[in-house]
Amino acid sequence: MIDIANAFILLSNFVLIPAVTYGAQLALGALGITLIYAILRFANFAHGDTMAFGTMVAIFLTWGMQALGWSLGGLPVALLSLPFAILATVALVIGTDKLVYKYFREKRVDPVIFVMASVGVMFMMNGLVRIFIGTGDINFADGSRFLIRAREFRDMTGLDEGLALRTAQVITIVVAVAVMAGLFWFLQKTRTGKSMRAFSDNEDLALLSGIKPERVVMVTWIIAGALATIAGVLYGLDKGFRPFTYFQLLLPMFAAAILGGIGQPIGAVVGGFVIAFSEVGLTYAYRRVLDYLGPEAWEPDGLYQLLETEYKFAVSFLLLVIVLLVRPTGIFRGRIV
Amino acid sequence: MSLLAANNMRGGYGAADILQDCTISCDRGEVAVIVGPNGAGKSTAIKAIFGMMNLREGEVSFGGKTLNGMPPQARVEAGMGMVPQTNNVFPGMTVEENLEMGAFLRDDGGAGVIEKVYELFPAVYEKRNQHAGELSGGQRQQVAVGRAMMTEPSLLILDEPTAGVSPIVMDELFDRILEIAKTGVAILMVEQNARQALEIADTGYVLVQGQNRYTDTGAALLADQEVRATFLGGDQS
Repeated sequence: MIDIANAFILLSNFVLIPAVTYGAQLALGALGITLIYAILRFANFAHGDTMAFGTMVAIFLTWGMQALGWSLGGLPVALLSLPFAILATVALVIGTDKLVYKYFREKRVDPVIFVMASVGVMFMMNGLVRIFIGTGDINFADGSRFLIRAREFRDMTGLDEGLALRTAQVITIVVAVAVMAGLFWFLQKTRTGKSMRAFSDNEDLALLSGIKPERVVMVTWIIAGALATIAGVLYGLDKGFRPFTYFQLLLPMFAAAILGGIGQPIGAVVGGFVIAFSEVGLTYAYRRVLDYLGPEAWEPDGLYQLLETEYKFAVSFLLLVIVLLVRPTGIFRGRIV
Repeated sequence: MSLLAANNMRGGYGAADILQDCTISCDRGEVAVIVGPNGAGKSTAIKAIFGMMNLREGEVSFGGKTLNGMPPQARVEAGMGMVPQTNNVFPGMTVEENLEMGAFLRDDGGAGVIEKVYELFPAVYEKRNQHAGELSGGQRQQVAVGRAMMTEPSLLILDEPTAGVSPIVMDELFDRILEIAKTGVAILMVEQNARQALEIADTGYVLVQGQNRYTDTGAALLADQEVRATFLGGDQS
């Protein structure tokens, strides 16, 4: 019995909690990608670097607030800077839309030209972030690092295995749940949200019904900018900020959006968690879990790790390829334009 | 003068004109039907009336005002409703949301009108919480008409509303359209099912190669030997 409890705590500590946290971050990022795809009908390659930009602004503001001696007690000050970082990111993406995408929209170009334009925007944002904040690792999480420490947990429960719960993980899950609930309420219940879904469903009929396309596009960018910033800051608080990592997040985020069904918000959420659990689950070494669960004589000698952690990107890539081959529309039947 | 008077329309998509001096009019409470062979420019005529295509010559006047150059959206605000032939619902939204989107231009959200649409189409009311994409062809068509009715248009344009539905559903749909006409709405409709459509038509327009060939009451066209022989598939009773 104790062994099962130990194995469960071990799994929670190294697989369950990290995957839920990472999944929530991916889901928020994939939601932005999927919304842009649903409304503007292109795959936005600049989304990862939009996240990096938003996080950079949040970091600068956090440093400013720290210099002023502000603190939120146990919580990181970055939470206070988040609303302002969102405003800055929204201004950036709306500015890009006005300068770049609007032109192509008016010319009614093919989606692939939008994608190429977004690659250009990606390089621009990429450069912008590197000029201002550099390329190195930055840890901007302050406040108390742990909510529960492994040793405290062990003393409390008397188990051999400890469960550590970091503040950033709890913040990520709480914020992500709140943001997703708010977003789905907005899309399902409000007039503007419904008009966005209508526009995504049938653009011509939406125009016929008097829905203003430029307004829908504007609202979409506001939401995508906010989601990107929130996802970026949460990821940064959890794992530290590094511009290149944010660029790399594009792969799992796109994999999540496509696996869930591109253009379907609920798909992005499910996809985010599927990707996260696959990445963490396939690269974790199960040896000690099996130690607890199997009879003593069966004690394993290997690590029982399917893939080394270096291969975690291969997991998203593999899932992406499998989905595209087996069910290209994804779990929730997204639409391919 | 009629509510809608589209006079001497000439125009097309490329260099060649599809419409060659085509004239259509329709008044409140009236059902006008455009029939004719494939490629006669029937759909093009209503596209021109609705502003989805620019005219080279001619004039579209609606309620005494000239609409030339006005985009479709503005024509909806001016009191036209349009039911396209295909893709005429939001498949991923519920039936009720489809109707709400039809009322997007209204400041009041269309709460009272939605009841009227439900009264007119009881089947739509029953399916109000289902996704429009899951409905049968006939039901979807009813939702499409209901969506267009949400702005309470004075002119309702329908592009082949009975395309691909069964004869029973077609009769049902025509009944509903007559009911709408009785409330004082002008109905302008393009139809492939010429015989059945002319039976309910106050005015029928037979278009051939973008021109008016015959214009008369529906009953008179049905009685006309030549029209029957040429366009209604022989001399059936």
